[in-house]
Amino acid sequence: MIPELGHFALWLGLGVALILGVLPMWGAARERADYMGLARPAAYTLAGLVLLAFLCLMQAFIAHDFSVLYVAANSNSLLPIQYCIAGVWGGHEGSLLLWLMMLCIWMVAVARFSRHLPMPVLSRILSVMGLISVGFLLFMLLTSNPFDRLIDVPADGNDLNPLLQDPGMVSHPPMLYMGYVGFSVAFAFAVAALIGGNLDATWARWTRPWTTVAWLFLTIGIALGSSWAYYELGWGGWWFWDPVENASLMPWLLGTALIHSLAVTEKRGSFKSWTVLLAILAFSFSLLGTFLVRSGVLSSVHAFATDPRRGLFILTFLTLVVGASFSLYAWRAPTVGLGARFALISKETALLANNVLFLVAALAVLLGTLYPLLLDALGLGKISVGPPYFDAVFMPLMAPTIFLMGAGPLVRWKQATLPELAVRLRWAAAVTVVASVVTGWLAGQIHVVATCGLLMAFWIFTSVATDLWERIRPDGGGVAVLRSKLKQIPRAMAGMMVAHIGVGVFCIGVVMVKAYEVERDVKMNVGDTTTVRGYTFRFNGVQDREGPNYSAARGELAITRDGQPVTVLHPEKRIYKVQQNPMTEAAISPGLTGDLYVSMGEEVEGGAWIIRVYVKPFVDWIWGGCLLMALGGVLAVSDRRYRRKQGAAV
Amino acid sequence: MKPRQKRFLIIGIVIAVIGAAVALILNAFNSNLVFFLSPSQVARHEAPEGRTFRLGGLVVAGSLKRDGVRVNFDVTDLAQTVPVQYEGILPDLFKEGKGVVAQGKIENGVFMAREVLAKHDENYMPPEAAEALKNAAKNATESNAKAAATLKP
Repeated sequence: MIPELGHFALWLGLGVALILGVLPMWGAARERADYMGLARPAAYTLAGLVLLAFLCLMQAFIAHDFSVLYVAANSNSLLPIQYCIAGVWGGHEGSLLLWLMMLCIWMVAVARFSRHLPMPVLSRILSVMGLISVGFLLFMLLTSNPFDRLIDVPADGNDLNPLLQDPGMVSHPPMLYMGYVGFSVAFAFAVAALIGGNLDATWARWTRPWTTVAWLFLTIGIALGSSWAYYELGWGGWWFWDPVENASLMPWLLGTALIHSLAVTEKRGSFKSWTVLLAILAFSFSLLGTFLVRSGVLSSVHAFATDPRRGLFILTFLTLVVGASFSLYAWRAPTVGLGARFALISKETALLANNVLFLVAALAVLLGTLYPLLLDALGLGKISVGPPYFDAVFMPLMAPTIFLMGAGPLVRWKQATLPELAVRLRWAAAVTVVASVVTGWLAGQIHVVATCGLLMAFWIFTSVATDLWERIRPDGGGVAVLRSKLKQIPRAMAGMMVAHIGVGVFCIGVVMVKAYEVERDVKMNVGDTTTVRGYTFRFNGVQDREGPNYSAARGELAITRDGQPVTVLHPEKRIYKVQQNPMTEAAISPGLTGDLYVSMGEEVEGGAWIIRVYVKPFVDWIWGGCLLMALGGVLAVSDRRYRRKQGAAV
Repeated sequence: MKPRQKRFLIIGIVIAVIGAAVALILNAFNSNLVFFLSPSQVARHEAPEGRTFRLGGLVVAGSLKRDGVRVNFDVTDLAQTVPVQYEGILPDLFKEGKGVVAQGKIENGVFMAREVLAKHDENYMPPEAAEALKNAAKNATESNAKAAATLKP
C-alpha cells in the first residue's frame, strides 16, 4: 500500500508542479495578485508531496519490501540499516527522486527566505523551478518509476553494489545533488529577471548568496566523492578524470566563474548580460551532467540506466531547457546593457580574465568528455581521452588563474596602475620564491612540478597576507586597534580570503602527492618486510573475519620507523554474500604530513599476498583545501548585509 | 587611450588568450587520444607502433599465470588471441573467461599493459570488449567459426 501512496504522491505532485509552472508566471505577466499568490502555497505543497514519496520509498527499503522492483534490485535483507536508507539513492530511479527532493528543498528555501522580493519576481522564480520539477516528475513517472511492483516477489533482494556500501554513500550524493540542483536557483533568478526585465545590481545581490551556497555544497560533494574514491577503490588515486567526475567538475568551474562575475555585477554593475549567461550555463551543465551520468551513455559505477528511452528523454529535456533559456537570453539580453565602464588595468579586468579562464577550462573538460561519445555515436571508432590530456590542459590554465587569484583582490576597482601594484606585492613575490625553494629542499629534492605548484600555493598565501596587512596595518594604537580593525573586515571579504587560502592548501596537496608519492606492489610472505620512504611495513598474515553481509580476509601490517612502532593497519579483502564479488578495503593511517596506505591484491601460493603499499605525502590537504573553500563560502553568505536586507540566506 | 581603443585592446587580449588556450587544448588532445583495438585488429598489425592503445576482449580461461607481482594472460575476441603482461594488482572483478579492457603498448608481440581497467559490476561487460566480440563473431560466421569453437567464453 505504501509504495502506491508514494506513486500517487508523485502524480499529484506533477499536477501541482504544472499549476506552479503556469499560473504564477501568467499572473506575473497580467499583474494578477490571486494567481501570483498561488506560487508559495503551490511550492510548499509540491515539496510536501515529493517528501511523502521520498519517505515512502525509504520505508519500503527499511521494511525490505522486495515486491518493489527498485528495492529488490538495490537492497537485501542482510543490508545494514544505514545502507538501507542510503540505498534509496543507490540506483537510477531513487537518485532521480533525490534530485527532485533537493530541488524542492531549494524551492522551499527560496519561498521562505525571499519575503522581501517583489511578488512578480518571486512568482516567476518559483514558476521556473516548478517547470523544472515538471520535467523531472515526468521523467520519473514515464521512464523510471521507483515504485514499480514485481509480480513474482523474490525471496530476497539483489543487494546494493558492494562499492556503494560505505559511509561515503550516505553523504556524497545528497551533498553533490544539493550543489548541482542549487544552481537551478541562480538559473531561475536569471530567467525571471530576463522575463521581467529587471536585471540590476539588486538582482545580483539577491542571486549571490544562493549561488554561493550551491557552490559550497557542490565543493563539499565533489571533495567527498574524491576522498571516497581514494579509500574505497583501493587504487589510491583521488581524481581520475572519469567522465562522471568531469560531469560534476564542469558545473563547479562555471559556478566559480559565476560567483566572481556576480561580485562585479553587484559592486559595479558591469558584466550584467555575461553574468546572466553564466547563470544559465552553470545550470545547463548541471543538467548535462545529469544526462551524462543517468542516460547510460557512460559506463561507470555511477551509470545505471541502459534503457534508451531514458537517455532520449533527458536529452529532449536538456535541449528544451537549454534551447528555451538561450532563446530567451538572445531575445532579452540586448536590452540589459553592458553596465559601468572600467579601465584596462582594474579589478574588473582581472575578474573578466578569471571568467574567461574558468570558461575555457570547463569547455576543455567538455571536449575531452564528449568527443569520445560523439565519435562512438557517429560510428567512427572507439577512443578514450585519458588523464594525460586533462593534466596537459589544466596545469597551464590554472597557473595564470592562480597568479590572478593572488594579485586580483589587491587591484582597485575601475582603475589601477601596474607599478603601484608591483610595489605592493614585492614582498609577497620574494617570500613566495624563497619559501617554495626551501620547501623543495626540505622534501629532499627540487622537483619541477612540485616547485611550480608550491610557487602557486605560496603566492596565494603571501598575497592574501599582504591584502590582510593593508587592511589592518597599524598606524599607532597597538594591538587593540589591530583587533578592532580585524573585526571590521566584512565577512564576505574574510570568506574570499579563506576560500583562496583553501585553493593554496589544495595546490600543496596536489603537487606534493604528484611529485613525492611512492607506490609499490610487493609479494609478501608472512613475516616479510618492505621499506618505503623510511617506513618499514611488516606483513603479519591474514585472518578470517565475518561482517554483517560479507566475509573478509583481514591482513595485518605493522609499520615501524627507525625501529619505533608507528601504527598497525588492517586492510581487507571482502566477499559480499549476495553478489559474491570480491572487494578491496584499503587501510589508511592519515596524517597531517601524509598518509600511509595499504591494500591487498590477491593471494598467491603458500599464504603469500600481493600487497600494495603507498606513502602519500600531504594528500589530506587536497580535501582540507576543499573544506576551507567551502568554509569561505559559509563566511561569505553570513555577511551582515545579507542578514539585514533579506534575512538569513539558508 | 581612448575608450574605443581600450575596448579593442581588451577584446584583443581576450581573443589572444582564448586562441592560445584553444591551440594548447587541441595539441594536448591530439597527442593524448587513446584508440581502442580488438585482438583481431592487433593480429592484422593495425596497432600503432610505440603508441598506447586499449585492448579489449575476453580473458582466455586457464591462461592466467602469476610470477610474484607479474601476471600473464591472454585476451581473445574468439577469433584471435593476444598475450598480455601486467605488473601489479588486478582489479577485483578480473576473472578468467570474463571481459577485460587493458591499456598499454605492444612490445615484441606481447601487449605490455600499464593499466587493467576495473569493472564495477560482475554482470557488466565493458562496451569495448562486447564490441570486439561482436565484430569477431560477425567475421567468424563469414569465414568459419573454427577458432571460436575451441575457446570457452
